[in-house]
Amino acid sequence: MEVLVASAVGILTATGLYLVLRLRTFPVIMGISLLTYAVNVFLFASGRLTIGAPPILSDDATVYTDPLPQALVLTAIVISFGMTAVVVMISLGAYLGTNDDTVDDQPEPKPEPKQEDAV
Amino acid sequence: MTHWLIAPVVLPAMLAPFIVLAARYHIGIQRVFSLVGVLALIAIAAGLAWTASDGTIILYQLGDWAAPFGIVLVGDRLSTLMVLLTAVLALFVLLYVIGSKWDERGWHFHALFQFQLMGIMGAFLTGDLFNLFVFFEVLLIASYGLMIHAGGNTRLRAGVQYVLFNLLGSTLFLFALGSIYAETGTLNMADLALRVQMIGPEATVGIRVASVLLLLVFAIKAAVVPLHFWLPSSYAEAPGPVAALFAIMTKVGAYAIIRVYTMIFPPELAATSGLEDVWLMPAALISLSLGMIGVLAAKSLDRLVAFSVIGSMGMVMVAIALKSPEGIAAALYYIVHSTLAGAALFLIVDLVKSSRSSLALTPMPPIAGAPLTAGLFFAGAIAMTGLPPLSGFIGKLLILDASFDTAMAPWIWAIILGASLISVVGFARAGSIVFWKAKGLAVDDDLEVGETPRPLAFLAVGGLIAMLLALTVFGGYVQDYMIATSEQLFAPEPYIQIVTETEGKLSGASEGDH
Amino acid sequence: MSLFLIVALPFLGALLPGLMNSAGRQAVGGVTFTVSLAAFVGLMTNLPAVLNGDVVLVGVNWFPQLGLNVNLMLDGLGFFFATLILGIGLLIIAYARFYLSRDDNMGEFFTYLLLFQGAMVGIVLSDNILLLLIFWELTSLSSFLLIGYWKHLPEGRQGARMALTVTGMGGLAMIGGMLILGQIVGSYDLSTILQERELIQADPLYVPALLLILIGAFTKSAQFPFHFWLPHAMAAPTPVSAYLHSATMVKAGIFLMARMWPVLSGTPEWFYIVTTTGLITMVLGAVIALFKHDLKALLAFSTVSQLGLITMLLGTGTAFGAFAAMFHILNHATFKAALFMSAGIVDHATHTRDVRLLGGLRHLMPITFVIATIAALSMAGIPFLNGFLSKEMMLQEMEQTYLFGPDWLVPALAIFGSLFSAAYCFRMIGHTFLGKKRAPESYPAKPHDPGAGLWLPPAILVVLVVVIGVAPFLVQDFVILIAKAVIGDAAVLEVKYIKIWHGFVPPLFMSIAAIVGGLIVVALFKPLSRLWEAAPRPEAKTIFDDIIATFVMYARALIHPLHNGAFTRYALILAVTTLAAGYHAWMSGVVGELTREVQPVGWVEVGGWIMLAAAAVGLAAMHHNRLLALILIGIVGLMVSIGFIFLSAPDLAMTQITVEVVTIILLLLALNFLPNHTPIESSTWRRIRDVIVACAAGLATMALSYHYLMRDAVSSPISGFHLANSYKGGGGTNVVNVILVDFRGFDTFGEIIVLGIAALLIYALTESLLDGPVRARLLNRKPDKPLSGTQHPMMMVVMTRVIMPVVLMVGFYIFLRGHNEPGGGFIAGLIVSIAVVMQYMASGFNWATDRVRFPYHGVIGAGVLIAGLTGIGSWFFAKPFLTSDFTYVRIPPFEKFELATAALFDLGVFLAVVGAVMLTLESFSRLARRAHVKDTDRPMDIDPSTSAEADGAAASAPSNPDALSKEGA
Repeated sequence: MEVLVASAVGILTATGLYLVLRLRTFPVIMGISLLTYAVNVFLFASGRLTIGAPPILSDDATVYTDPLPQALVLTAIVISFGMTAVVVMISLGAYLGTNDDTVDDQPEPKPEPKQEDAV
Repeated sequence: MTHWLIAPVVLPAMLAPFIVLAARYHIGIQRVFSLVGVLALIAIAAGLAWTASDGTIILYQLGDWAAPFGIVLVGDRLSTLMVLLTAVLALFVLLYVIGSKWDERGWHFHALFQFQLMGIMGAFLTGDLFNLFVFFEVLLIASYGLMIHAGGNTRLRAGVQYVLFNLLGSTLFLFALGSIYAETGTLNMADLALRVQMIGPEATVGIRVASVLLLLVFAIKAAVVPLHFWLPSSYAEAPGPVAALFAIMTKVGAYAIIRVYTMIFPPELAATSGLEDVWLMPAALISLSLGMIGVLAAKSLDRLVAFSVIGSMGMVMVAIALKSPEGIAAALYYIVHSTLAGAALFLIVDLVKSSRSSLALTPMPPIAGAPLTAGLFFAGAIAMTGLPPLSGFIGKLLILDASFDTAMAPWIWAIILGASLISVVGFARAGSIVFWKAKGLAVDDDLEVGETPRPLAFLAVGGLIAMLLALTVFGGYVQDYMIATSEQLFAPEPYIQIVTETEGKLSGASEGDH
Repeated sequence: MSLFLIVALPFLGALLPGLMNSAGRQAVGGVTFTVSLAAFVGLMTNLPAVLNGDVVLVGVNWFPQLGLNVNLMLDGLGFFFATLILGIGLLIIAYARFYLSRDDNMGEFFTYLLLFQGAMVGIVLSDNILLLLIFWELTSLSSFLLIGYWKHLPEGRQGARMALTVTGMGGLAMIGGMLILGQIVGSYDLSTILQERELIQADPLYVPALLLILIGAFTKSAQFPFHFWLPHAMAAPTPVSAYLHSATMVKAGIFLMARMWPVLSGTPEWFYIVTTTGLITMVLGAVIALFKHDLKALLAFSTVSQLGLITMLLGTGTAFGAFAAMFHILNHATFKAALFMSAGIVDHATHTRDVRLLGGLRHLMPITFVIATIAALSMAGIPFLNGFLSKEMMLQEMEQTYLFGPDWLVPALAIFGSLFSAAYCFRMIGHTFLGKKRAPESYPAKPHDPGAGLWLPPAILVVLVVVIGVAPFLVQDFVILIAKAVIGDAAVLEVKYIKIWHGFVPPLFMSIAAIVGGLIVVALFKPLSRLWEAAPRPEAKTIFDDIIATFVMYARALIHPLHNGAFTRYALILAVTTLAAGYHAWMSGVVGELTREVQPVGWVEVGGWIMLAAAAVGLAAMHHNRLLALILIGIVGLMVSIGFIFLSAPDLAMTQITVEVVTIILLLLALNFLPNHTPIESSTWRRIRDVIVACAAGLATMALSYHYLMRDAVSSPISGFHLANSYKGGGGTNVVNVILVDFRGFDTFGEIIVLGIAALLIYALTESLLDGPVRARLLNRKPDKPLSGTQHPMMMVVMTRVIMPVVLMVGFYIFLRGHNEPGGGFIAGLIVSIAVVMQYMASGFNWATDRVRFPYHGVIGAGVLIAGLTGIGSWFFAKPFLTSDFTYVRIPPFEKFELATAALFDLGVFLAVVGAVMLTLESFSRLARRAHVKDTDRPMDIDPSTSAEADGAAASAPSNPDALSKEGA
């Protein structure tokens, strides 16, 4: 099981990072979401893995999974949701303004202002 | 049970939604509330700093839960000092915003401003690493809002990059936190300091990776080369006053490094030795050089100042990387200085912008209010380049002095002195082109410029310069406080004890029964 | 008067001229004069003490931690320099008052001048060398302002920057030197340092300290090879040249060498470096000066040469040398200042300083002629003028100095230098004033003698020149006093008195040789000058400019390509840095033993894993089709949430799935505007590079995750406490929820604030977009796909209407059970939002938006406020922020249920979430409405009934959004 989870983290990280290195905002945002999944699973796994023992207190249960990482991941999910919304909106705004959804700045065509007084 | 320690977080956090609810459409009311809030913050912060000044550690257990199980806020000399600095900076920035009517150029400025303050304050006060993450996110998302305030295409494009880069940073932060919890099973800093010491030499990989990841996260905030790339364009494109407020945000990174790497991973800790102490100093020196070279290379005034901020953070990091009480004390003095100086310069740049068609370093007709602006720029440049009589010079002396008998001293001295020469040349070129060369040209009236700022704006800048002057004149007393602070940092036992041993709700309860 | 006051007066007084600018030139000049007069008188009150040989020491602590204190010291040397600075300052101020023209801003000028004066006095009175450094840099800054005073002149700007750069560099070097010195001695106070000659000269750091300090002194005093800035500083108004660049500031370096003489001199390093530099500078300056045509340039280089002479004298390290040096400083200050002022007068009167255009002025400007001639002859070393005395001392000293080469070399060079200095003096007189009478019109402007205001100051100085020259005994005791102050107890001074006539000794012949030779050279000036012009020689300014330009070029080449806004590279660097640092940390550590056993794995999990992996990899591979990408990422999210269920994290699963839905909806809305296909741009090698980095990162996180999964924490996790006390202390059995709303409620508080900010931000951005040009773009934007015939299909409308209440109920239920079962405010909020979103999707933005009663801003604000107030509420029970309490109540016929303050907090969360999500969606929808999307105000396109009924149906619907708000409030 551990191998599956760990490798899942790895795969999500790799694909996410690959997409983050693309040139358009949309794939980059996709990549960030994948990275978020990756890190959420990673954070969740920091409580180690337990199967079939949810952290709901009951009198017959003896073993529980670690609830704290779950709470942390929940917070992380919410925050990253807000962040995603924001980045989508800002990049959308940038696209609508310039009709260009590349992430990298394009070299400006105009020649640089010439420097006199160059001492 | 006093609640003052949480006031710097709760006050803005309540003020902001209130502004949104009640005063969404009345800029005047917003200004009043914002200003009153900041003034109150200053008063509270001053009170806290006063309380902490005798070495008292103020502990606040949220939800009455004892650390490490609940979240605690901790006010010691360092954190209260940073809170006070933030509040003071916020006042001048706010005055400038009102004076230059920046808040009328977009929506929700004051709400976002208050949320930003809440985030920064929380980051300085919290004693819990994950809570630190949450406050980082608060201050970041607020900073996104402020950075793209009033829109504009170039600003939005810069905003996209700023947000994306910081999202990567946040992801890294979560990886670090996951590692920390997995390795130690706790999130509270004081408890962490105790548990890290339990780690034997037979299994150090986990904590080493965790501590390095954490340092990288903070290094991104502190704009340490090569993790500084987010800074130049976002600071240059952000509205002037916002960039001025951001001057404190790089310091949040520096603060976190000081806190974590004196208390949790102190230099003498075996398990994490031979890590950042190997490459932090070189990185800091490179940041310093690169920043000041950037000052020389800059083609526009705003980027020039942005690079000077990178350089000054390099100075701070050099002092921190010394890992000695003297070094940290010097770093603290320089942090205060460079925050005020950087903020002043960004405001001055905005003053110039308001009466100039662009900030490109090319001669243009004389700008409105030139003599005053020029004078302020001269003062700001003196401060930033570390020339007398302003505090930059003192800070430089302190850092040189603190590094005198270290192994890398020749490098440190050569680079610090060389970098300040380069920055002097850079600022002199820029200033004489913008303010002197203008004298040669005739004024053309069909030049489209923003409205000239009201006197209040100049007052705000003057206030910051005055603060720098005070920091110089009363430097002796300030430095006494900084030395005491750094001694407190290098003797964290009382801090750890108070945080971990103060009782809270159900502290006595044994585990496992319900 | 207290030394503090003497130093402070000019600084305080500096404010006045600027403020009184409007009061008229007379007033400004007057107040400035008064200020320095006061300082001067104050200084004189200390004369008796100094004559007794006392050393006046005062001090207050400023920066004790650093050893930087305001300690001032007044001895013979300091008194001498202070007198020069303030005395000549007075004359200069009087002169400048009449020199500056009407359109010069006199207040600004005098403010700078007084700042400089204060800084200069500070240098010579400092006891603390760090304080001295501060004043030192202040002189550089004020001279920067004064040189650039005529801002419209490019020479002014460039000269100012050159001076600042060179002297600034020296200042920085000196910081290093002084700090080292202080570290050696353990104190930064001169009065202490000067006692530690042996200690300092024995220290291994003596040489670095010496070099750094000398760089500072040489740059300031324009010694070779740093001499080139001084001539360019002549772009300043003449009073400045006379004051800063001949009489005072350029003497600061000399002063420093004299001040440090007892502890630094006497070593071979000192002797060879200082003496050689001085000698070269003296000869070089003299030669260049002869061939300059601009009067001020000529004087500038003569100053360089004279400074070299003094430096050389200090370098010899003998008591006599120091004595001669001090005497020459006095003499040079008098005649050189007078010469500069005369040059200024000539410039003023004829509007040119070019010697070639002048000549014969003695008839038109007799007064100026007399003044200038006497001063020049003194500089040339003619007997009965003070220059002669000190120059002969110099020759005497040089005659006994052996530096290198054959032992006649140094004396010969000394003669050569003074020969040329005699020559340029003669040339200046000859070519400016002598020569045949010319008509006034033949000059650029009609020459005439100026008013007393201009000629009186130099005249006073010239009187001094003559007096000292004729009756040296008047000053000899004073000079000896100064010399003793310099020498300290490092050497013994035999000189008793200054004689004009020593008898027929070598120095006399040497002077004669120099003067005669000088005359010959002037006679042969024309051919020599042609030779000079022909000879190739490096032009310092161009070299300096090139150096700076090269620096700038390389700086740009380094900075701009690196910071060209290529985010992808920034991200790559971030990733690689992180990997490198992590790898280093991992490799330098010790991997511990495995302490946990592996969990079993079944086919289901493997299947899920495969789907996840396939979706993720497919997404990376096929991301160009954006719609497909959305579907794939949906699958990934689904798989992750299923994984959470399986790994006993139901709350996470629910949250993940609901967030997933909302996120996808948002992305779909955004995709509505964005191009729905990503072009293939990056080159193959670039993709290969990215794949490699990505895989490395993947392996790293995988290894790290596995490493932790297979090992236990060093100590039992703190969550044990949460499990134990969740019910007792938090009143809930769903520990995750209790942690969220109670144990770590503060995190959640921050989290909803993040959501709120996100919504505000998006709203604000939408506003500014719709106000800006984007609006127009949206209005005439054509959808890239044909719109479907029925945008709001009847089935969907009916469905959504029907399930709306149901979904709301579900949300409410989820909210209530959250504390004990999986669920809670956040999930409930998302579910409710989805319900409302469905209305939007079904019936369009207009229809739905019209039916929203409560502004989402309000809902967010209310949410945050409720959460915050819940926290604050506990203050009234003297409990910390967010302290929870709960109780069980029984209202028949229901069974007993729980009321917890945490639930109230959770309500805040719920509202904030709903408000945030809805405000975000609304913002997107407003964008869309601007865009040319066909949309109706009716619930559905195909209207089965009459429009009236339709409106009725529509009117009946609004209850739904209200329902949401009711439950909300």
